Amino acid sequence: MSVFNVLGPIMIGPSSSHTAGAVKVGYLARSIFKDKLNKADIYLHGSFARTFKGHGTDRALVGGLLGFKPDDERIRDSLNIAKNRGVDIEFHLSDLRGVHPNTAKLDLYGENKEMSIIGSSIGGSRIKIIQIDDYEVDFSGEMPTLWVLHKDVPGEVGIITSILGSYKLNIASMVVFRNKKGEVGSAIIELDHKVNDFVISHLENMDDIYQVRYIEPF
Amino acid sequence: MQYNKIADLIEKAKTENKKISQIVIEEEVYEREIERSAVIDEMKEHLKIMRESITEGLTKGHKSATGLTGGEALTLQNSSNTLDSPLYNKVIVKALAVSEVNACMGKIVAGPTAGASGIVPAVLITLTEEYSLDEDKLINALFTAGGLGEVVSKKATLAGAAGGCQAECGVGSAMAAGAAVELMEGSPKQVGEAFALALKNLLGLVCDPVAGLVEIPCVKRNGFAASHALTAVNMALSGIGTVIPPDEVIEAMMEIGDLMPVSLKETSEAGLAKTKTGQKIADNLQDF
Repeated sequence: MSVFNVLGPIMIGPSSSHTAGAVKVGYLARSIFKDKLNKADIYLHGSFARTFKGHGTDRALVGGLLGFKPDDERIRDSLNIAKNRGVDIEFHLSDLRGVHPNTAKLDLYGENKEMSIIGSSIGGSRIKIIQIDDYEVDFSGEMPTLWVLHKDVPGEVGIITSILGSYKLNIASMVVFRNKKGEVGSAIIELDHKVNDFVISHLENMDDIYQVRYIEPF
Repeated sequence: MQYNKIADLIEKAKTENKKISQIVIEEEVYEREIERSAVIDEMKEHLKIMRESITEGLTKGHKSATGLTGGEALTLQNSSNTLDSPLYNKVIVKALAVSEVNACMGKIVAGPTAGASGIVPAVLITLTEEYSLDEDKLINALFTAGGLGEVVSKKATLAGAAGGCQAECGVGSAMAAGAAVELMEGSPKQVGEAFALALKNLLGLVCDPVAGLVEIPCVKRNGFAASHALTAVNMALSGIGTVIPPDEVIEAMMEIGDLMPVSLKETSEAGLAKTKTGQKIADNLQDF
């Protein structure tokens, strides 16, 4: 942990959790979605739903989706900027059930692609992404993170970790999850060091790996 | 930082004849595997933003998006009716200024949270100006403030939703007090004492913001918590110690936070939020 997590971050107010945290949720969702965004349906839950206007949570989430970081002053005007960039944004108040009070679900739409991401702001400006489509995940974006979808066969996770090891990338934590045996496995891997494009291509070129997403830390 | 106790930080500083700030900087360099100069530069950038937020808060009469807060810092600065306590007033003015900027979606440095972001800069920047201290000392003091807060985040919480406002403005005041003692050449032991004194006196402080927003009572509370830190600094520097050691005060804070009802932990279901006026404000904001 860094001292700047306590005396920081530099951010647009007014709330670490409802503003800076919300920016991070949007920003991570953008990194995971990766492609050009045409439309977002944003579902606000709990305290996010009750206080979003006064805290600018709406503008913060959209700012993050546009690629702004928590200290970017454009966050204040993000709803207009999204409109000008042709991104259609709609907010919904909802009950997502069984999640942290500060949670948002972002349904993202691009050209021939859609994705649903749920993120929670868990205190201070710390957040976690808890679901991507049907996959339960758990990562904070504080460390370089890989999200790998792979064939659920014996040894596949070992292959992924060996590849990372061969590039001297140390794994800090790893969570694997699958919806159904023998189909698609999801691995969230947090690493001590940043990952370069070469490593990502190597993983992407493996037969039993379907998709690789790399999420840079803030 | 590897330290989980303020006592260990003080002990290390004493043994190596260093200031607490030096230990915090060394830990940051070690953990992040970056140069010392990079760590110092990052804090300089934070200080720059702190100063800009003070200037911004005093430049024009701000109003928050809800219109509930704004202009308090300028009002106090321009008043000729206050008691004659220039240092205290300057500290309070700066704390209000930063908090107002925060409430208006301006740029601030959270510390330990956005809602408590006025306290540390107000105390440390004012003392540096009033006593014409070196910029380097101020940077170091900011590391001490951060290090003290880091221990709290590891042993307890910095979230109002988990511990009430004692964990936000209480800890902010304690961080500011401890760091100010180092800035004024107090010993590492006195840093810990100022921290403990300030936090002890804000134990039990609830988080009951009107309409769930970081405005009422948060903005003015930053002014109170900043002046409160000065009282702890004076006590510690004079040699008035603390009977309960800082780490035990942190434990007490966590225990009190756990015992505190959820209705008083950032849910706006009781306290000021549920007063007649507070409720009326919340109702009016429904259509806002």
